Amino acid sequence: MTDTSSRRDFLKMGMAGASVLPFLKSLPASASGGDTIVVVTGQTINSLDLHRSGTSRASYQVGVNCYDRLLSFGTKEAIGGGFSYDYTVIEPELAESWTESEDGLTLTFKLKPNAKFWDGRKVTAEDVKWSFDRAVSVGGFPSVQMKAGGLVRPDQFVAVDEETFVIKLDRASKLTIPDLAVPVPYIMNSVEAKANATEEDPWALEYLHQNPAGSGAYKVARWEQGEQLVYERNEDWVGGPLPAIKRVIIREVPSPATRRALIERGDVQMAFGIPDKDAAELADKIDVFSTPVENCIHCLCPNFAFEPFQDPDVRKAIAYAVPYEDIFQAAAYGRGLPLYGGEKDINDIAWPRKTHYYTDLDKAKEHMAKSGYADGFDVTMSISLDLASWMEPTALLVQEALGKIGINVTIEKIPGANWRTAVLVEKRLDLHLENFGGWLNTPDYYFFWAYKDGHLFNSSNYRNEEIEELVDSSLHMPMDDPEYAPKIKRMFEIALEDLPRIPLYQPALNVAANGAEGYEFWFHRQLDVRPLKSV
Amino acid sequence: MLSTRPRLRATLLRILQAFPVVVGVVVISFVLTRALPGDPAVYFAGASADQESIEQVRVAMGLDKPILQQFVIYIGDLLQGDLGQSLSTGRPVAVDLANRLPASLELTLTALLLAIVIAVPLGVLAATRPGSWVDHLCRVVVTAGVSLPTFFTGILLIYILYYLLGVAPSPLGRLDFIYLSPEHITGFYLIDAALVGDWETWWGAAKQLMLPAVTMALFTLAPIARMTRAAMLSALSADFIRTAKAAGLSNRKVLYSYAFRNALLPVVTTLGMVFSFALGANVLVEKVFAWPGIGSYAVEALVVSDYAAVQGFVLTMALLFVALNLCIDLLYTAIDPRIGFLSQ
Repeated sequence: MTDTSSRRDFLKMGMAGASVLPFLKSLPASASGGDTIVVVTGQTINSLDLHRSGTSRASYQVGVNCYDRLLSFGTKEAIGGGFSYDYTVIEPELAESWTESEDGLTLTFKLKPNAKFWDGRKVTAEDVKWSFDRAVSVGGFPSVQMKAGGLVRPDQFVAVDEETFVIKLDRASKLTIPDLAVPVPYIMNSVEAKANATEEDPWALEYLHQNPAGSGAYKVARWEQGEQLVYERNEDWVGGPLPAIKRVIIREVPSPATRRALIERGDVQMAFGIPDKDAAELADKIDVFSTPVENCIHCLCPNFAFEPFQDPDVRKAIAYAVPYEDIFQAAAYGRGLPLYGGEKDINDIAWPRKTHYYTDLDKAKEHMAKSGYADGFDVTMSISLDLASWMEPTALLVQEALGKIGINVTIEKIPGANWRTAVLVEKRLDLHLENFGGWLNTPDYYFFWAYKDGHLFNSSNYRNEEIEELVDSSLHMPMDDPEYAPKIKRMFEIALEDLPRIPLYQPALNVAANGAEGYEFWFHRQLDVRPLKSV
Repeated sequence: MLSTRPRLRATLLRILQAFPVVVGVVVISFVLTRALPGDPAVYFAGASADQESIEQVRVAMGLDKPILQQFVIYIGDLLQGDLGQSLSTGRPVAVDLANRLPASLELTLTALLLAIVIAVPLGVLAATRPGSWVDHLCRVVVTAGVSLPTFFTGILLIYILYYLLGVAPSPLGRLDFIYLSPEHITGFYLIDAALVGDWETWWGAAKQLMLPAVTMALFTLAPIARMTRAAMLSALSADFIRTAKAAGLSNRKVLYSYAFRNALLPVVTTLGMVFSFALGANVLVEKVFAWPGIGSYAVEALVVSDYAAVQGFVLTMALLFVALNLCIDLLYTAIDPRIGFLSQ
């Protein structure tokens, strides 16, 4: 017992008591109690630069914890415990204030005059311009995300003077301001970056991959790839209230069973992204936050390229045959939000929303009988091995249910590396499961990606002229425009009638805490360490 | 000069013979990684990439070139000692391997050492006392060792020793977070810490090593114990043992000088095999104990079709095996002088 308890004491005492330990020799701390938090996660941080192609999702947290953006989101209480970012509230981070021109085409930002990079240099509008230029120029994911906010070309960004930065838009869009608060458009120290850029690598991708240069709340004290990342507080941070925790250690522990043992014993203070099953079982022992992921739906997708699924009655038959409650319990262990059995009338623009479908085999059989496939048919249902934890139980339950209405389902498991190509790029899977979630939390944004013909997450090859028109016209429209809500409601109506995606449930992101509080959910589903506190 | 030093000549010959093997491995690993159905450009372009950005990534990765040209570029780099750049870690593959191979080797070698210390005496005892309780114990250990998957043993050990009893340190990888990893000299934490005389860290690393090493040892001692017992049994029933006994040699002398030495050959062969598959089978233990080893590196690279990393891993393993086989061959001649390289 001695090892572990001494270590826990060490954490409780802070750094003061255990002065012989090597950790202290090199990272001396003038610390009082509880200024270190250890987090375990199963994901790998493979880069400190989000703009690099190949950067894993887990690495996005560095963009939030170590860098500042011009703007950030507010905070609200979350369903499922803890806090969540608030999409409707925009707060300044590096910007002190900002103004929008009458026509909405020019955004002017005043930077905080006292903002400094870690090396002590003042944050200037030039740095902002360089960082934005970089995000739209490097290609791949960052450029796509910038494009969503109408930020496409370097000539849209102007550094007027040291503290004034202007964005010129081709058209006004409600997505621009929120898009400035996502992890992508973060501000880098352009002087340091340029000093380390080369001719082949003008954006210093090589350098910033391992050496972050920002002004954010935390610096990276150590990074051992595949093992751990150690954050250390930036005492001069001006982007928000100074974090309470001096040092946060992110440890990568691939096995969920090991993570669970560690958090249960309290040797680590937080386990990020635990499986639904563990979340359900740990909920009465320690703090578990299961935040429904905003704008994300786990869907069953019948592909329109597969002939029987072109029959609307077949799709409805499936929607009535799916055992929603069983799936929600077996695949999600009741974590997240169920999305079935709602009102048929659409009176609001909440999304994800409960559909008016529910499990009713008689209704399903009626629809099958009405369809052109009354005798049933064979179909292959595909799932990803990487996502097997929810896809496998779901697929088995769907297989069983569809068998009862004459649809003979064979389950095909696809290795993770091939999944994206098969489901999203080639869009060749007849019946499959899909889990798109949009970073920008508006229904039109979800529809843009998942219901428009040819778009990446429209894996069902769905095309509806009215949806195309509705999405195009509502995507940049302000949400308080009187035309907006009717358009969105109409979109919901068509999508739930046509059913290219049958919503199953809204998944949750599970985080367990044992000795830490202040957890805040973010749409990019990574840990924001800034608001954490010790208990 | 070579003709006067047969062992050196034979060693060089062996190394030469390894050349076609390595060339074959290079070609096969290159072709096989390309034959994987996944598309790395799609994967690395990220979650919401469109067709255009996927193409940009493809060009940046050089995957738009014809496969033959890619191969020529790869060989060119390889000849300069460049294993390429890993896409997922964004670092040279050689750097990644240099970081991770020692972690795996440290674990595997410790486990193997532990397994030998237990399995060889157990096998010898079981062979000399067939049917006794030692023999039965040996059988039980062997059966349990082969039939329990390593991840299961690992989780079970964590559950009992860490979670329930709290005697084992937290399974957090090579070092608990309160220690700093020792300066990189060999990459083996135990050796590096000892070299700089930092015994605190050495003890920290040793503690972390115990559980995973025991897990691996349980798995690897089965074939070793089994082989030792079988080899000893057949050696003990050989004519020369009867002769030695008839000549009145002491039991000890008979057992260790004659029987055991003759039984060693198959045991060493088994050791070589066990070492190679243990290095590969490591991956499950590595996952459970958060061990940053080469196995999990390779699996992660494979999952995302990270070509350079997979090729680098396969090549490193191939070279390791060639070296290992050479060592074992040399060991043979040391153990049994009748096996000469001269005859080759």
